[in-house]
Amino acid sequence: MSLLATPLDQVLALACAWLALGGLGLARPSSVQWATRVLYPAGALVGLALAAVALAAIFSPAAELVLPLGLPDLPFHARLDALSSFFLLLLGAVSAGVSVYACGYFRQPQGTAPGLIALYLHVFLASMALVMVANDAYFFMVAWETMALSSFFLVTCDHQHAEIRRAGYLYLLIAHIGAIAILLSFGALQAGSGDYTFEHMRALQPTPGWATAAFLLALLGFGAKAGLVPLHVWLPEAHPAAPSPVSALLSAVMLKTAVYGLVRVTLDLIGWPLWWWGVVALALGLVSALGGIVFAAVQSDMKRLLAYSSIENIGLVFAGFGLTLLFRGFGMDALAALALTATLFHCLNHAFYKSLLFLCTGSVLHATRERSLGRLGGLIRRMPWVAWCALIGTIAIAGLPPSNGFASEWLLLQAFLFTPGLPHGYLNMLVPVAAAAVALTAALSGYVMVKFFGVVFLGQHREPKLAEAHEAGAWERTGLAWLAAACVILGLAPVTVIGLLEPITRALTGRAIGSLAQGWLFLAPINAERASYSPVLVFVVTALLVAAAWLAVRAFYHGRVRRGPAWDCGFPAQDARMQDTAEGFGQPVRVVFSPFFRLTQHEPAPDDARPRFSATAEDRLWYWLYLPVARLVERLTAAVTLLQRGRISVYLAYSFATLLALLLFIR
Amino acid sequence: MTSASGLSAQFTELALAVLLAPLLTGWVNQCRAWLQSKSAPPLLQPYRTLAKLFQKEVVLAHGASPLFRFAPYLVFGCLCSAAAIVPTLATDLPLNAAADAIALVGLLALARLFIALAGMDVGTAFGTLGARREMLVGFLAEPALLMVLFTASLISNSTSLATIVETLAHKELVIYPSMAFAGVAFTMVSLAENARIPVDNPATHLELTMIHEAMVLEYSGRHLAMIEWAASLKLFVYSCIGLALFFPWGVANGGDWLGLVLALPALLAKLAVGGALLALIEMLSAKMRIFRAPEFLGTAFLLAVLAMLVHVLLERT
Repeated sequence: MSLLATPLDQVLALACAWLALGGLGLARPSSVQWATRVLYPAGALVGLALAAVALAAIFSPAAELVLPLGLPDLPFHARLDALSSFFLLLLGAVSAGVSVYACGYFRQPQGTAPGLIALYLHVFLASMALVMVANDAYFFMVAWETMALSSFFLVTCDHQHAEIRRAGYLYLLIAHIGAIAILLSFGALQAGSGDYTFEHMRALQPTPGWATAAFLLALLGFGAKAGLVPLHVWLPEAHPAAPSPVSALLSAVMLKTAVYGLVRVTLDLIGWPLWWWGVVALALGLVSALGGIVFAAVQSDMKRLLAYSSIENIGLVFAGFGLTLLFRGFGMDALAALALTATLFHCLNHAFYKSLLFLCTGSVLHATRERSLGRLGGLIRRMPWVAWCALIGTIAIAGLPPSNGFASEWLLLQAFLFTPGLPHGYLNMLVPVAAAAVALTAALSGYVMVKFFGVVFLGQHREPKLAEAHEAGAWERTGLAWLAAACVILGLAPVTVIGLLEPITRALTGRAIGSLAQGWLFLAPINAERASYSPVLVFVVTALLVAAAWLAVRAFYHGRVRRGPAWDCGFPAQDARMQDTAEGFGQPVRVVFSPFFRLTQHEPAPDDARPRFSATAEDRLWYWLYLPVARLVERLTAAVTLLQRGRISVYLAYSFATLLALLLFIR
Repeated sequence: MTSASGLSAQFTELALAVLLAPLLTGWVNQCRAWLQSKSAPPLLQPYRTLAKLFQKEVVLAHGASPLFRFAPYLVFGCLCSAAAIVPTLATDLPLNAAADAIALVGLLALARLFIALAGMDVGTAFGTLGARREMLVGFLAEPALLMVLFTASLISNSTSLATIVETLAHKELVIYPSMAFAGVAFTMVSLAENARIPVDNPATHLELTMIHEAMVLEYSGRHLAMIEWAASLKLFVYSCIGLALFFPWGVANGGDWLGLVLALPALLAKLAVGGALLALIEMLSAKMRIFRAPEFLGTAFLLAVLAMLVHVLLERT
C-alpha cells in the first residue's frame, strides 16, 4: 500500500481507474447494460473517491512527483496543491452525480455505440483530472488535447445529424486555436531556456513584455475554451448537441478547467500580474456576462438557453478574476483574496447548478423527445421530482437568497464595493460603476430562469403528447437529488466552503479573507462592520414566517377549496396555444436589447390567409468577425491553389527556382 | 450583538410592518380619491377587503400545481423578512447582521420570481402576459435599486442597512449630490415596483394595460388575501427603504423602549407624508404604454449609475 500513500498517488490512481473503465467499454461496445449497470456506477464511485481525496488534500502541503512516462528526457511532472485539489473536488463531486444520472440516461443506442460513449466519457474525465495535476507544459498539453479530442467525440455522439457534425467541427476548430495560444503562452513563459517544467517557470521572473505576452496568449487560449466573448460561438452549438450528461460535464467542469489554467498561469507561474491585465479580463468578463444572458433570453431551445447562460456565468467568473488581478496588481492583497474567493466559489456553484439543470433538460428530453420550449409546458404535473429539482437550480442560477448562486454573487458585489479604493485616478471611478453591469446581469438571469422554468414546467401542455410524459427513473432522480442537495448545502454553509479556499488564496495572493473569524453562521469578508450575510438565518427566518402565515391562515379560517375552470378574465375559449411561447416571453428583451442582435423578421401581409410570423435573433459577431475571417482564409487558400498545377514539370520548375533563390540568398 | 432590547425592537418592527401595511395602502387610496375629487373609501377599507377575502372559498383552476398554492405564503414570508431587515424604528436589529442591502434586494427578487412563476402556473394568456411584463419591469428596476443602495453603501462604507441609516442620519445635514440623483432614481423604481401609475395601474382590470393584476388573476379567497397583503407590505417596505435612505432622522439608535416610543410617531408622520406624495405623483402623471416602461426604468437605472459616479467623482476625498 505504500505505493498509494500520498494524495497525489491516489489522484493518479483514480485517473487511471477512469481510463481503465473507459477501456472496459471496448469489451462490449454495443451493450447498453454493460455501460449503464457496470461502467457508470463504477465511474461514479471513482468520482466520489476523487472528491474525498481532493477534499483531504486541500489542507496538505503541495506534493510533487516525476512519472516515468512521456518522451525520453521529457518525463511527466505531476503536482497536487490546494488549487488543483479544489478543482479536483469540483470534478469528482459533479461527475459522481452525472455518472449516477448517466446510468439511467443512456438507453437504446443511436449514433455512437454505448460502450464507445463510456470510453470517451471516462477518458474525458480522466484527462480533466490529469490537467489539474500536470506540472509541466508537455504533460499539460497532452492532457489538454486528450480532453479536447474526447469531448469532441462526445459532442458528436449523434453524428447522423449534419448540424451536430457542424457543431463538432466548430468546437474542434476553436479548441485548437485556443490550444495553439496556450502552447505559445508556455513558450513565452520558459523564456528561451528550453525547460518546460512549471517549477522552472515559477522560479523565473519574466520581463513585463514577456509576461504580458504570456498572459494575453493564455487569456486567448483559455478564454476560447471557457467561451469568453468573442470566442464563444462554439459553445451554444456544441453544448446542446451532446447528450445531456455530457452537456452537464462540458458546462460544469470543462469550462472550469479553463479557469483553472488561467489562474495557474497568471497567479502561480507568472506570479506578479500587472494591473491593466485585470482591466482586460474584467471588461471581457462583463461583456460576456451581459451578452450571454441577453442571448439566453431570446433562445427557444432549452439546452441552448442553458449554454448561453454558461457564457454569462463564465463572464462573471472572469470579471471576478479581473478584479483579483487589479487588486493584486496594485498590491491590495486582502482584497485580491476576496475577489479570488468570489471567483472560485462561483466556479463551484456554477458547476453544481448548471449540471443539475442540464440533467433536468435531459430528463425532459427523455420523457417528451422535445427540446424546443415552444412544444413543452405543464411538466410539473407529470414529472414533479424533476420539476422541484429544477426549481432549486432555477433559484440558484438566478442568484436569489438563500441559494449558493446568491452567496457567490454577494461576494463578487462586495469586492466591487471596495474598488473606489484603487490607487488609480480613472479606475477608482469606472470600476465601481461596472458593478451596474453585474447587477443588470443578475436581474436578467432571473428573467431568463422564469422563462426557462415557467415555459417548461408550468402552464398547460403545449402538445397533447406531453400528457403521456413519464417521471425520470430512480438512477436519474438520484443524480439530480445529489446535485440539488449540493446546491442547497453550498448555499446554506458558504462559510465552511470558503474555508476550503483559504489555502488557495494564501498561496496565490498571500492573504486569506478570514471569513471563519465570525463563526460558521456569518459570512463576513474583510470585517463584519462592513458587511455580513447569514444564509442560514435568512432561510430560517423566512421559512418560519412562511410557516407562521400558513398556520395562522389555517387556524383562523376554513380551508375550503373548489376546483373550477380557469377564470382568465372570463374569456370562454382558452387553449394551450394562448400561453406565451418562448419567443413571446423573450420578446421584451429582444426589443430592449435590439442593438445586440441581428434581427430578421418576417411579418405576414394583411391579406395572408395562413399568416406566419417569424423572427430570428442572430449573433452579430458572426457577421463582424467570423465570416470575414472565414472569407479571408478562403481567399488565401484560393491564392495558394494557383501554385497547384498538377504537372510534374511545373513542380520541378518550382524546385529549381527555390534552389536558385536559396543559392542567391545564402551564398 | 444580540440583545434583549434588540430582539424586542425586531419583533415590534416586524409586527408593525405586517399590521400597518394595509393602512398605508388605505391612506394612499384615500389621498388619491381626495385629489381626484372623489369621495374617498374609508381608511380601513384594505383591512375589510382582506377580511372578506379570507372568508371566501378558494376557487382553484383545474391543473393548478402545488407551486400555485404555496406561492402566496412564500411571497408573503419573503416580504415579511424584507420588512424585518429595513430599520424603520431602531437600528439595533439582530437580523441586520444576517442580511444586508444586497440580501434585501435578493429577497424582493425571490418574491417576484415566485409570483411570476405562479402567474404562469395555470397557463392562461393573461397570467403569462403578466408574468412576462412583471419580469420586464423587474430586470430593469432591480439593478437600479441595487445601484441606489450601493451609492448609500459607498457613502457609509458598509452594506449593512443599520450602518447606512446611522451614517446618513448623523452626518450633520450635509446634502450629498449623489443622493439627490439616487432619490429620483429610487422614486421611479418604487413607482414601477409597486405597480403604480405611470407604469401600472393598481385599479385597472383592463386587459392590455395591467401587469400585476394580470399575474394574480387566477387567485381567489385566502390566497388572494395573502397576495394583496404582500402587495401592501411591498409598498410599505419600499416606503421604509426610501425613508431609511433619504430621511433617516428620528430612527432610534439603540433598541430601548423610550427610543422606540419616540421613533414611532416620527415614522407614522413620515409615512403619512410619503403616502400623500405618492398619491400626488400618481395624480399628476398619465399611464404610459408598456413599451415606454423600459425607457422610464432605463432612465432610473442610468440615474442610479450616475449617482454612484457622482459619489466616486465628487464626494470621496
